Amino acid sequence: MTLSKRGRTVRNAIYCVLVYLFLFLPIAVVVAGSFNATESRPYLTWKGFSLMWYQRLFDGSQAALMEAFGHTMLIALTSTLLSTVIGTLVAVGMYRYRFRGKALIDALLYVPVVIPEIVMGISLLVLFAQAQVPRGMLTLVIAHTTFCIPFVVFNVRARLAGYDVSVEEASLDLGANRVQTFWNITVPVLAPGIGAGALLAFTLSIDDVIISYFVNGKTSVFPLKVMESIKMGVPPSVNALSAILLLFTVIFVVLTQSDLLSRHRSE
Amino acid sequence: MNEKIIVDVSHVDKYYGDNHVVSDMNLKVREGEFLTLLGSSGCGKTTTLRMIAGFEDPTSGEICIEGNPVAGKAPFERNVNTVFQSYALFPHMTIFDNVAYGLRIAKVPKADIATRVSDILELVQLEGFERRYPAQLSGGQKQRVAIARALVMHPTVLLLDEPLGALDLKLRKQMQLELKRLQRKLGITFVYVTHDQEEAMTMSDRIAVMHDGVLDQLGTPEEIYERPQTKFVATFIGETNIFEGCVNEVDTTKRISVGLENGNVTVAPQEGFRFGEFVTISVRPEKLRVSLEPREGFSLYGVVRDYIYVGSVIKCNVVLPNSNEVRFERLAGDELPKPGEVVFPYWEPDDCVLIHNRDNELYTALESIRLV
Ligand SMILES: Nc1ncnc2c1ncn2[C@@H]1O[C@H](COP(=O)(O)OP(=O)(O)OP(=O)(O)O)[C@@H](O)[C@H]1O
Ligand SMILES: [Mg+2]
Repeated sequence: MTLSKRGRTVRNAIYCVLVYLFLFLPIAVVVAGSFNATESRPYLTWKGFSLMWYQRLFDGSQAALMEAFGHTMLIALTSTLLSTVIGTLVAVGMYRYRFRGKALIDALLYVPVVIPEIVMGISLLVLFAQAQVPRGMLTLVIAHTTFCIPFVVFNVRARLAGYDVSVEEASLDLGANRVQTFWNITVPVLAPGIGAGALLAFTLSIDDVIISYFVNGKTSVFPLKVMESIKMGVPPSVNALSAILLLFTVIFVVLTQSDLLSRHRSE
Repeated sequence: MNEKIIVDVSHVDKYYGDNHVVSDMNLKVREGEFLTLLGSSGCGKTTTLRMIAGFEDPTSGEICIEGNPVAGKAPFERNVNTVFQSYALFPHMTIFDNVAYGLRIAKVPKADIATRVSDILELVQLEGFERRYPAQLSGGQKQRVAIARALVMHPTVLLLDEPLGALDLKLRKQMQLELKRLQRKLGITFVYVTHDQEEAMTMSDRIAVMHDGVLDQLGTPEEIYERPQTKFVATFIGETNIFEGCVNEVDTTKRISVGLENGNVTVAPQEGFRFGEFVTISVRPEKLRVSLEPREGFSLYGVVRDYIYVGSVIKCNVVLPNSNEVRFERLAGDELPKPGEVVFPYWEPDDCVLIHNRDNELYTALESIRLV
């Protein structure tokens, strides 16, 4: 059966709506749940609109959740910073210099990406136990930094593929020393790659469950807290916190995308 | 012409591993001149330029800029600036920021930067482009930004590596004139790299012809064209007829006679050529003549093969008995022998260039047993 042009348009529209529903309905449910005035488990029936769960996040009654969230943010920021710096240096160094064992190091970079997270979690735990490092913030940051580095390297490297070293030479030629050249030229030209890598690292760190589960010791983190609490239905406070996180993410994406878009137009 | 030497390259060798890229280079660049490094691809032009700029270190030898040895000095410590073949504009900066970059690094006061940048952009005819990004410019415009960015630093010497390589022919011709005009106006010393002999001839005060890492000849365009000192220079610059042979009579007051495979020829007497020596003779097509009867001192003959009409000149090919070809040129309208006719090529003894032929294998062999 052939459809008229109008018919095809309608059909396409329906497909689109379905795909987007599938993508966004769960998110909408989470956001809606955060405004639910219900007090009783399993928090599924709609009792009217309320901001009470948002209030409770900040009035101290959800201290454990908020503490876990704070830890997660701190870990994510620290490990993003560390993995971005290390990863960028690795990518630039591997791009610029030739040395023995480069191919091996290159291949090893893929290991943390491809091995199952559970294996990585166990091995880190064994390592920390053997080395008698007390599990907690420190081990979490080390673990997260470790699995984030390759992602930063890959993003920066992709940017380096189209990189012309002569811009650095031009900078040196115009009187800038090596340090000035690195900050004025190398970093800004690679910035989109570095930024993408950092963003990915941040996201990976925030929602990591498996590895964190092995190395967190007594330190609570947000994803693990959520896992614990959903055994008795998802409390709307988790929804509320998720919704806030979502809002920040959206704002951030919009800001960076518009910057990226304007950059694209100029390039 | 000012005789002050501003860049002095002396006995410079450069190896990349076992690859001898530049050998025993000696080059004195005079203040204010437009000097071109000319040579075919891979002959070491870029390498030479990069050693002057400080991006590569000579394996041995010394480079002085303004009389001071620059060994061990980084590029940012040398008062030379480079225009890169790939332009190397900073993609994340506007044209203004690109041009102002060096001045900002040098901590020039802000107001001065603004005037210097706008002056230089005016000079290269790019007013109004300050706020654009490099990606929003055409090739020729990028090229001018690259030149402006280097010139704004008032360098002692400006190094240019095939700056017009990526442009189409028309723009290239136009930029050649503009560059030459800029150089005259500013009086800055230019060391310019190209593999285009025509470009070198039109723009340069002096040309340094390089061949396989060796500086074959340094001279004015006229000297290079009229008195090439090696066979490579003779063939690389313009069109020419090459004859190889052996000196069979030397009369330093009257003439030198050279025996070729196809007969004898005569060249003007000159010092430094001995009986029995292997030589190369270069005769430009416009200097080669043909006669219908044998001329005194010449016993070459050949058959006219065909004519090629190139605008106002006619190029004619003559085949010699060993099936080598020689070519001569005439203005359209001149009377010409017909294809298939036998002719006797000759030239006025002063109209050819006699070159020592030391690449000759036989010569090398004889030299090694001290026979020559
Ligand atoms: N970094 C390098 N490492 C090894 N060999 C090199 C390097 N740079 C250049 N070469 C070699 O040195 C030789 C001269 O190179 P150079 O770039 O100076 O040539 P060029 O005269 O500028 O040629 P072109 O006209 O093609 O630009 C070439 O054979 C090249 O392969
Ligand atoms: Mg080159």
